[in-house]
Amino acid sequence: MRNLALAIGGQSLRMLELLGGLSQLTYQTFSCAVRPPFNLRALIQQVDHIGVKSISIASVGATFTGLVLALQTAYGLGRFGAKAYVGLVVSLSMVRELGPVLTALLVGGRVSSGITAELGSMKVTEQIDAMRAMGANPIKKLVVPRVLSTMLVLPLLTVMADILGILGGMVISRHEFQVDYRLYYNAVTRNLTLADIVSGLGKTVIFGYIIAIVGCYKGLETVGGTEGLGKATTATVVTSAIIVIISDFFLTKFFWWLEGW
Amino acid sequence: MSEAIIEFRQIFKSFNDTPVLRGMDLVIRPAETVTIIGGSGIGKSVTLKLIVGLMKPEAGQVLIEGEDIVPLTEDQLIRVRKKIGMVFQGSALFDSLSVGENIAYPLREHTSMSEQEIRERVRETLSLVGLEGIEDKDPAELSGGMRKRVALARAIALVPRIILYDEPTTGLDPTNTEKINELIVDTDEKLGVTSVVVTHDMRSAFKISDRIALLYQGKIAFTGTPREIESSDLPLVRQFIAGTMS
Repeated sequence: MRNLALAIGGQSLRMLELLGGLSQLTYQTFSCAVRPPFNLRALIQQVDHIGVKSISIASVGATFTGLVLALQTAYGLGRFGAKAYVGLVVSLSMVRELGPVLTALLVGGRVSSGITAELGSMKVTEQIDAMRAMGANPIKKLVVPRVLSTMLVLPLLTVMADILGILGGMVISRHEFQVDYRLYYNAVTRNLTLADIVSGLGKTVIFGYIIAIVGCYKGLETVGGTEGLGKATTATVVTSAIIVIISDFFLTKFFWWLEGW
Repeated sequence: MSEAIIEFRQIFKSFNDTPVLRGMDLVIRPAETVTIIGGSGIGKSVTLKLIVGLMKPEAGQVLIEGEDIVPLTEDQLIRVRKKIGMVFQGSALFDSLSVGENIAYPLREHTSMSEQEIRERVRETLSLVGLEGIEDKDPAELSGGMRKRVALARAIALVPRIILYDEPTTGLDPTNTEKINELIVDTDEKLGVTSVVVTHDMRSAFKISDRIALLYQGKIAFTGTPREIESSDLPLVRQFIAGTMS
C-alpha cells in the first residue's frame, strides 16, 4: 500500500514538474517571440524542415484514412439505403476530427522526436551552454523558430490531409459503391460549413504548439548522455501524443461552445 | 597588487543535496593565467561555469571586474559574457554550422560588422590558432586537436578580456597536447588576456600557469606559482602531483 502511494505520489510530482516546465518554457518562448530581432531565416528553415519534409507522411496517412473511412461508412450507410451520404460523413469526419488529429499524431511523432534529438544532442555536447556563454539566447535561437513554424505548418498540412482524405473517399465511393462523383461532391460542398473547417484547423494550431513545446522541453532537459537522449526522445513521442489526444477533447468542446455562441 | 578581474567570495554550490563547493574563495588578477587542479567531480568545471553565469551558486558572490554577477538575469549577463570566451571540454562546436560560421557566430550576435569584415576576422582568428583555410569545413571533418583550436578561435573572435579553458588537453595525444599548451601561452601573450584553465594534466598546468590553485573538499586548499607547487611539502599537494590523491 505504501509502495502504491509512493508510486502515485512520484508520478504526480513528475507530471506537475512537466506541466510547470512546459508553462515556464511557453512563457519564455512567447516573450522572446514578440521581442526583436526577428529571425525570419531560421523560421523559414524550420518551415522547410518541419513542414515540407512532413508532406509525404501526412499525405499517405490521410489518403488511406479517407479510403478506409469511405469503405466503413458506405458499408454502414448501405444498410439503410443511405450510401448517397457517404461524402457528407467522410468530409465531416476528416475536416472536424480525423484530419487534424491524425496529422498531429503522424507529423507530431516525426517532428517532436526530431526536435528532442536535435536539441538533446546539443545539450549533452554542451552546445547549448556554448550558445549561452557567447551571449546568445537558446530560447530565441532554437525554441522560437521551431514552435512558431510547427504552429504555422500543421494547419497547412491538415488542409492538405483533409483534401486528400475526402478525395480518397470519393474514389472508393465511386468504384466500390457506385456513388456518383457529382453526388459525392455535392454532399461535401453543400453540407460542409466554415465552422467545421475553422474548428478543425483551430485545433491544429494548438496541436502544433504542443508538439513543438514538448519536443523542445524534453530536448533542453536531456541529461545522461546518449542513453538519456534515447529516453528523452521516446518520452517526447509518448507525451506529445497523449497531450494531443487529451487536449483534442477539450478543444472540441471549446469549438462546439464557440459555434453555439 | 592589481585589482582582481575575477573574484570568488564564499561560494557554496551543491547538486542533489551533495555539496560541491563549500565556501570557496579565489582571486584572479588581470592578465594572469590561473590553473585550477583537483580530483574528478570536485567542482572545477562548475567553477568555470560560475564565472560565465551558466550556473549560479546557492550562496556567495562571483565578481567580474568588481561586479557581482550572481543576481544578474540572463539578459543582463549578456553584457558580462561578451567579455569572456570559453573553450569547452568537448569543444562544443555547432554541428550544423561550418567552421567559419562557428567562429562568426559571436560576431554576428554582438557586432554590426559587415560580411566582408566578418570573413576577414574569421580568417585572422583561424590564422592565430594555426588553421588557415578551413573555414568551409564541417566540425565533423576535424580531428580532436583541430576542434579544440577552432573552439579557441571562436572564443577569441570577440577579443575577450577573459578566456576560460575546460580541460583543454583531455583526450589529445602528446603532440596535440603540446600544441594546445603553446597556443594557450601564445594567446595570453598576444592578446594580454586573463586565462582560467581547469585541468587534470599537471604537465600542462606547470607549462601554462602563472599560478596554480588546488581545489579540495569544496575550497581552494593551496595556491602558488608552479615553482611553489613543485617545491611544496604539503602532503595534499605532493599527493596530487604524484597522482595518488583520491
